[in-house]
Amino acid sequence: MSLLRLTLHVWRQASANEPGSFQTYQANNVNEHMSFLEMLDVVNEELIEAGQDPIAFEHDCREGICGACGMVINGVPHGPQRATTTCQLHMRHFTDGQELWIEPWRARAFPVLKDLVVDRSAFDRIIDAGGFISVRTGSAPEANSTRVPKHDAESSMDAASCIGCGACVAACPNASAHLFVAAKVGHLGVLPQGQPERHDRVRRMLIQHDAEVFGNCTNHGECEAACPKEISVNWIARMNRDFLKANLIAPKLPKNT
Amino acid sequence: MTVRLDAKAPNGPIETRWSRHKAAIKMVAPSNRRKHEIIVVGSGLAGAAAAASLGEMGYQVKCFCFQDSPRRAHSIAAQGGINSAKNYQNDNDSIWRLFYDTIKGGDFRAREANVYRLAEVSLDIIDQAVAQGVPFAREYGGHLANRSFGGAQVSRTFYARGQTGQQLLLGAYQALSRQIDIGTVRMFSRTEMLDLIRIDQKARGIVTRDLVTGRLEAHVADCVVLGTGGYGNVFYLSTNAKGSNCTAILRAYRHGALFANPCYTQIHPTCIPQSGEYQSKLTLMSESLRNDGRVWVPKSPEDCDKDPRLIQEEARDYFLERKYPAFGNLVPRDIASRAAKAVCDEGRGVGPLINGQRRGVYLDFADALRRLGHTAVEERYGNLFQMYERITGEDPYEVPMRIYPAVHYTMGGLWVDYNLMTTVEGLFSIGEANFSDHGANRLGASALMQGLADGYFILPYTLPNYLASSELRPVAEDHPEAQRALQEVQAGIHKLMSAPSPKYGPDWFHRKLGHILWEHCGMGRTATGLRQALKEIPTLRDQFWSEIKITTDPQHINPTLEKAGRVADFLELAELMCIDALHREESCGGHFREEHQSPEGEAKRNDASFSYVAAWQYSGNLAYPTLHREPLAFESVTPSKRSYK
Ligand SMILES: Cc1cc2nc3c(=O)[nH]c(=O)nc-3n(C[C@H](O)[C@H](O)[C@H](O)COP(=O)(O)OP(=O)(O)OC[C@H]3O[C@@H](n4cnc5c(N)ncnc54)[C@H](O)[C@@H]3O)c2cc1C
Repeated sequence: MSLLRLTLHVWRQASANEPGSFQTYQANNVNEHMSFLEMLDVVNEELIEAGQDPIAFEHDCREGICGACGMVINGVPHGPQRATTTCQLHMRHFTDGQELWIEPWRARAFPVLKDLVVDRSAFDRIIDAGGFISVRTGSAPEANSTRVPKHDAESSMDAASCIGCGACVAACPNASAHLFVAAKVGHLGVLPQGQPERHDRVRRMLIQHDAEVFGNCTNHGECEAACPKEISVNWIARMNRDFLKANLIAPKLPKNT
Repeated sequence: MTVRLDAKAPNGPIETRWSRHKAAIKMVAPSNRRKHEIIVVGSGLAGAAAAASLGEMGYQVKCFCFQDSPRRAHSIAAQGGINSAKNYQNDNDSIWRLFYDTIKGGDFRAREANVYRLAEVSLDIIDQAVAQGVPFAREYGGHLANRSFGGAQVSRTFYARGQTGQQLLLGAYQALSRQIDIGTVRMFSRTEMLDLIRIDQKARGIVTRDLVTGRLEAHVADCVVLGTGGYGNVFYLSTNAKGSNCTAILRAYRHGALFANPCYTQIHPTCIPQSGEYQSKLTLMSESLRNDGRVWVPKSPEDCDKDPRLIQEEARDYFLERKYPAFGNLVPRDIASRAAKAVCDEGRGVGPLINGQRRGVYLDFADALRRLGHTAVEERYGNLFQMYERITGEDPYEVPMRIYPAVHYTMGGLWVDYNLMTTVEGLFSIGEANFSDHGANRLGASALMQGLADGYFILPYTLPNYLASSELRPVAEDHPEAQRALQEVQAGIHKLMSAPSPKYGPDWFHRKLGHILWEHCGMGRTATGLRQALKEIPTLRDQFWSEIKITTDPQHINPTLEKAGRVADFLELAELMCIDALHREESCGGHFREEHQSPEGEAKRNDASFSYVAAWQYSGNLAYPTLHREPLAFESVTPSKRSYK
């Protein structure tokens, strides 16, 4: 088993209101089987024992599904391996002596809270604005009475796999969240259950998207390349079509109740 | 505090218990609902479902979670599926059969009335989830597809690829989001509950810490619901998310809520084996893999370090198929886990040597790939295969996966009655945080079912009964009890920050604690080992309080402080788990006391002496909790020897 020695340049910022800067740390004895976050855990334990402030980063499931983790590693959200969250990125993909630059997501709509931790609550507000199907609990129709063609269920699931990590925003030169919104709009919009609110949904979510100061989509495709779940940019095209239609056929936006 | 354990479970014919109970309980009129405030701690399947449902009914709900968004609760990680007795496969499934399988799977240590109700409402859960847009797997005709899970001979598990938990949670989260927008639910993310506020013996609020600013706050309400998940993380290495913790339920325990069956821990047979000391968690490979994957080890220890592809069929031991022909690879988790440990203990494990032993068995898809083809296997398990490949660097389409048992789920939790209320009035507990429904072992795909059943279909009926039948005088945040709780939390943080000789961060202690528990209160337990653990845990706890080191101040984001608080609580809970494991002189489900086994090595229950729920009351001294017993009556099924042969 080979051990790596790495030089880490990490963005340190004490809080949202203070300026940040890169600090350099030495990570020796990095086992190739470690995940990227386990490598940071080891650095942090050393920092604590040395009486210093450990690097704050977000994580929880460490299985690539909760969407909590995420940092820009050498300019790439979630690091160099395609379709991989930072927690699933293993150190065998790095080389001995390598220098790494580790930064938080950069976007106006995602203010840095500390070090590598950013505030992604804008995503929740976009969902609150209409990213759901309105159904009362306890009075849903028998499940098999809504038939969903296998192909549609699969396609819906492709979009529904979005973990809301924010890598798409971090990768986009405009800091647009269109891939995130399109994934949700697509997930619900290809299902029969999602039809009644389909047009309101896309309008509400996009209005909120803009209110959160995310940028616009200008078709760079960087989002798709950075997405750990390989959500396709085709969903954005589909969302745009829905949005156009929505403005034609549902000009008045009723208040959500 | 005197405690009377009254399960309040209705009697009479089991099929009508829940409907008769619902007909008898009190209700709150729609116009009065908005006058009631309810606190829900947790936004996993249980918490999000409950908060969304109660909000929609018209109550004023405050919901809390420590993650940055409710969508990231640990439930998101559940992979394999959710059970429901829909009998869509026409393979003779029924509410009765799901009930029976769950009771038997739990080794006859669960409350009949609760389990029957769970099986009953399981039908509505699928309807609800489909209506919300959960993209479950479908047949070509558009109907819902199913697969099978351990411990069942029918196909009743609904799934969304290997991301069922994610999709169900997103469904509940979206329902919650809708209520947040309407204004019936106020969501407090990045907010951790650190204590319970009790006024006039009733749960009336919580103390929280804002994890960004460090601000402590008291929140009061008419009642409090804890949906804070399981405590498997006490073992350090487990399949749980890193943040999963026992803080809320342990504080409730200290306030007089009884803690039931703390030692019942589920060990899951199909996890990726540990690779080194630095490791921070173990990754589950869904049980559904055992539908098509075959579990084996070499017959001879000499073959253990060979390339598995070169080991001939006749030199392999498909030990589950050999020992349990009726269920084969789909035996329940406790059985499969122990069988895997046994072959590794015999020296026939595979994979790297860790402390002189190979801890792994093969989960082989070669037959399935031949039978179904690469595409079909990829369609069923693709994301799990990818996850395995990411972690181990090995391609499971080419070489068999290696798996080993790991701590996965805790069946113990706060004791609740049939209404899901704890022994503290006005304090409810739902989902993995309570003890109900699974007995000594949880069958696969039934935790998601229980979380959603509690949140969507049970609590919304039973909680109003409490509101309608209690005298609740108005209280405010400046009530002396609330202020006292606030000050205690403040003092607790100060104590953590000012250990006399600070040396190590919380992970250091957590790893040590995990090691003690896994050795002595893990897959196999003995009286001697448990007594040893009961010596080691208090010593480690003392060392923790004198040497815990937290370097960042508490007014900022401070993950070290968060972890340290959780480890402090784990250090208390660990002792209770060992006390419970020591007192239970029998083997059942996930609790395997080595002194109590059959000659073939199967768990030996002792119904005559231990057919009860062990509910522990905090006595003021962690080492001497008081035991209360809730006897279990089996009227509908007769406890039998659990055989899967
Ligand atoms: C890898 C994995 C796979 C699984 N697969 C399956 C499966 O296929 N089928 C199945 O049925 N089950 C499965 N399970 C089990 C199942 O996922 C869990 O039992 C279930 O999701 C628990 O839900 P919950 O709502 O009770 O708790 P959780 O989802 O754990 O939610 C806990 C909530 O409480 C909050 N919280 C906790 N403490 C505090 C505090 N002090 N203050 C504020 N908030 C707090 C958290 O923020 C979170 O919102 C799996 C589990 C794991 C680990």
